[in-house]
Amino acid sequence: MLRFIVQRLLQLIPILLGLFVLLFAWLRALPGGPAQAALGERATPEAIAQYNELFGLDEPLYVQYLRFLGRAVTLDFGNSTQYGRPVTEVFLERFPGTIELTLFAMIFAIGVGIPLGYFAARRHGSVFDSASVVGSLLGVAIPVFFLAYLLRLLFAVELGWLPGSGRQDVRIDATRITNFYVLDGLLTREWDAAFDAFLHLILPAIALGTIPLAIIVRITRASVLDVVNEDYVRTANAKGLAMATVRRRHIVRNALLPVSTTIGLQTGLLLSGAVLTETVFAFGGVGLALRDAITYRDFAVLQGFILLLAVVYVLVNLLVDISYGLLDPRVRVR
Amino acid sequence: MTRRHTRAVAASASALIAVTLSACASSDRDDSGGGDAAEGQSGGTLVFGAAGDPAMFDPAFASDGETFRVARQIHEGLLTNEPGTTELVPALAEDWEVSEDGLEYTFNLREDVQFHDGTAFDAEAVCFNFDRWHNFTGLAQSPSASYYYQAVFGGFADSDNPGIYEGCEATDENTAVITFNQVTSKIPAALSLPAFSIQSPTALQEYDADNLSGSEDAITYTEYALEHPTGTGPFKFDSWDRGNGEVTIVRNEDYWGEPALLDEIIFRTIPDGNTRRQELQAGTIDGYDFVSPADYDTLEGEGAQVLVRDPFNILYLGINGGNVPGTSANPALQDIRVRQALAHAIDRETIVNSLLPEGAEVATNFMPPTVDGWADDVQTYEYDPERARQLLEEAGALGTTLRFYYPTDVSRPYLPDPAAMYQVISEDLQEAGFTIEPTALQWNPDYLQAVQSGQADIHLLGWTGDYNDAYNFIGTFFAEDQNNQASAEFGAFSAPEIFEALAEADAAPDPADRTELYQEANRLIKEFLPAVPISHSPPALVVAENVQGLEPSPLTAEDFSSVYLED
Repeated sequence: MLRFIVQRLLQLIPILLGLFVLLFAWLRALPGGPAQAALGERATPEAIAQYNELFGLDEPLYVQYLRFLGRAVTLDFGNSTQYGRPVTEVFLERFPGTIELTLFAMIFAIGVGIPLGYFAARRHGSVFDSASVVGSLLGVAIPVFFLAYLLRLLFAVELGWLPGSGRQDVRIDATRITNFYVLDGLLTREWDAAFDAFLHLILPAIALGTIPLAIIVRITRASVLDVVNEDYVRTANAKGLAMATVRRRHIVRNALLPVSTTIGLQTGLLLSGAVLTETVFAFGGVGLALRDAITYRDFAVLQGFILLLAVVYVLVNLLVDISYGLLDPRVRVR
Repeated sequence: MTRRHTRAVAASASALIAVTLSACASSDRDDSGGGDAAEGQSGGTLVFGAAGDPAMFDPAFASDGETFRVARQIHEGLLTNEPGTTELVPALAEDWEVSEDGLEYTFNLREDVQFHDGTAFDAEAVCFNFDRWHNFTGLAQSPSASYYYQAVFGGFADSDNPGIYEGCEATDENTAVITFNQVTSKIPAALSLPAFSIQSPTALQEYDADNLSGSEDAITYTEYALEHPTGTGPFKFDSWDRGNGEVTIVRNEDYWGEPALLDEIIFRTIPDGNTRRQELQAGTIDGYDFVSPADYDTLEGEGAQVLVRDPFNILYLGINGGNVPGTSANPALQDIRVRQALAHAIDRETIVNSLLPEGAEVATNFMPPTVDGWADDVQTYEYDPERARQLLEEAGALGTTLRFYYPTDVSRPYLPDPAAMYQVISEDLQEAGFTIEPTALQWNPDYLQAVQSGQADIHLLGWTGDYNDAYNFIGTFFAEDQNNQASAEFGAFSAPEIFEALAEADAAPDPADRTELYQEANRLIKEFLPAVPISHSPPALVVAENVQGLEPSPLTAEDFSSVYLED
């Protein structure tokens, strides 16, 4: 097991190196640059040249590349041109928000998706089943930003039930420990702060969680339908096991295998979906910072954030692979 | 002989303007003005939706609007603008005198002013700040840091060209004499910029304000700029929650003037324009900037107040006659008749009426009429497609192909809808006998870089002024560079008479002479026609029904100290 984990972690190195070369080349191939973005619409060529010289942007690309690589090894991704602070610092400040959002989106998707898929399969062919199939098709098809606007218009603007932007009400003076706002509120016993942060998570989490929700419903439904017709289920039924036991031990457990893969992959994808959701809800996470970084050609933030996110993505997939073994002894790694 | 600007004169002049303005304004507020009506209404928190995060709070290192918006509440300079106008009035200076040669400015300072940290504001503090800017070294000299100091003063103590600043002397506790080695029309108007705010020498030193460190690729701002900005303004810096994008400032109880009415203001970053609008509609913010003209009616219908600023910008159609090496602009544009044909072909009246928000005006000069030096007798080139076609025929350029560049993904105050603007102008030009080949590029940095390096034949661009100075408009566009040419954006044309007129006006010590010289420069520019001025259009901000006392400023220099919340 340990060897498997180490192996997978070592595989990270070539993945990251390759990704980094692509990223570096892509960013430099974009027209314009940080100087133009920072100095605005009336920047003189002299000012741009001076800026590039000061920040080493006039050096040959391979020099810039090696310099960046050398520092990245020590987790120093340089300074953000836009925030005037180290990239790692900005990331650590922003990432908890994105994790919190992703987590709640996943809780929503799993918590609603698995039961929905399961019951759709049990009532195979019923109106409820058809509705869930159509609904999940819609869920996959609807663009995240459109759903986000719609949710906010209805629940925040028209009905006024839920907050529609930000991570916490600006009038709440909360203590920050981990930058996970809900957790911070619980740790400091500032219940109203925790509850308010939770309320702020609901709409973005639904917007972000809808696609994985739809996919989980479909996979769960299909998977349960498959398993129900397996020989071992018939055997279990035939030997007179209680229906509840058959469902719990033979159907659900086996049906959940493909679902867990889906969940893992979707969690990684949510990180990218977060860019759109965070923008629409002005939710202060990594996604919002990435969006600004593109506008400002903030190379340091783009390089650093995308690399760090790639690491997270690979780690999440590793966890999924490990969880496989726990669910299915046949694929338990040696 | 010295000119003496007294507060009374300035105040009465600006009062006149204020009356005129409020007569024009559409809002039907019934309070008769400012503080009195607000008695007993003070207190409360205002939440304002900002479009982006501020960079930090040391305005000497800032040049962006979101940083300045906050800085303007915390910091003050020697001079400011009368609320709602571009009129220059004293702030921390009580009045000022200029020597006859225009090189020595004597500022008589306000007494009994304290910085937020208790340090006394005096002539020493003023000189400390001026010397501080002049002695920036290393990364602090980066144009992305001290952009405005370089733009106005021209250089630093240790640069090859040390610029126009000679020195500052505190002749007594409340008199600061600042000397320059060259006259420029930027002074004194530019001193109203937040970048030239006077900050507490104690705090600047204690928190190491000048020590901009950082690796090769970017600046790291100082502790002073991020956590301890210390000015004299009506609000004090309280906190910056960077994760949640919130800046909180609180009332300065010891303010030297009329204290602010609000207890605190929170500036909340909401990058998306639709989100800002919906948040105002949901009541979670009390106002925001960069209102889309398309939303004016909806917002007003719901009771919000759209506060339209006086236009202080210019949209023009840039022309590139093609002298820039490495580019291939259409040489037909070097013919004045072809440029005149462009000007005659565009129906600017229709553009202003159909594409721009209410209050927009057709531009005749390359600067708005509120700037000193605007001339009412420049050549105007009426809309006349027949005449345009005739000119093209005479020049043998009928049907000539122009590559027309316009930006996408952007809405500028002077150009709310670039694609629509392109569409209308392009049709006008085709009707007059031009062939148009469009290129649409993403605004920043693709578009800006393309047009500024001379890739386009014609393009749409504009400018919002920083302060009331003609040079800030026409000098920015048409002054010569080191090679005695205009910028690549305008095809690096060579027009010595324009360059000389601009330089002469900039160096004229007497304001009256200067105004006339700028008027002459405007006439010359319109004759040469290096571009076609199109329009001035008013940007707006919006506040909720119960927010009173916010005076929209043409310079986007809104002062929040007079704002109060009605019950």
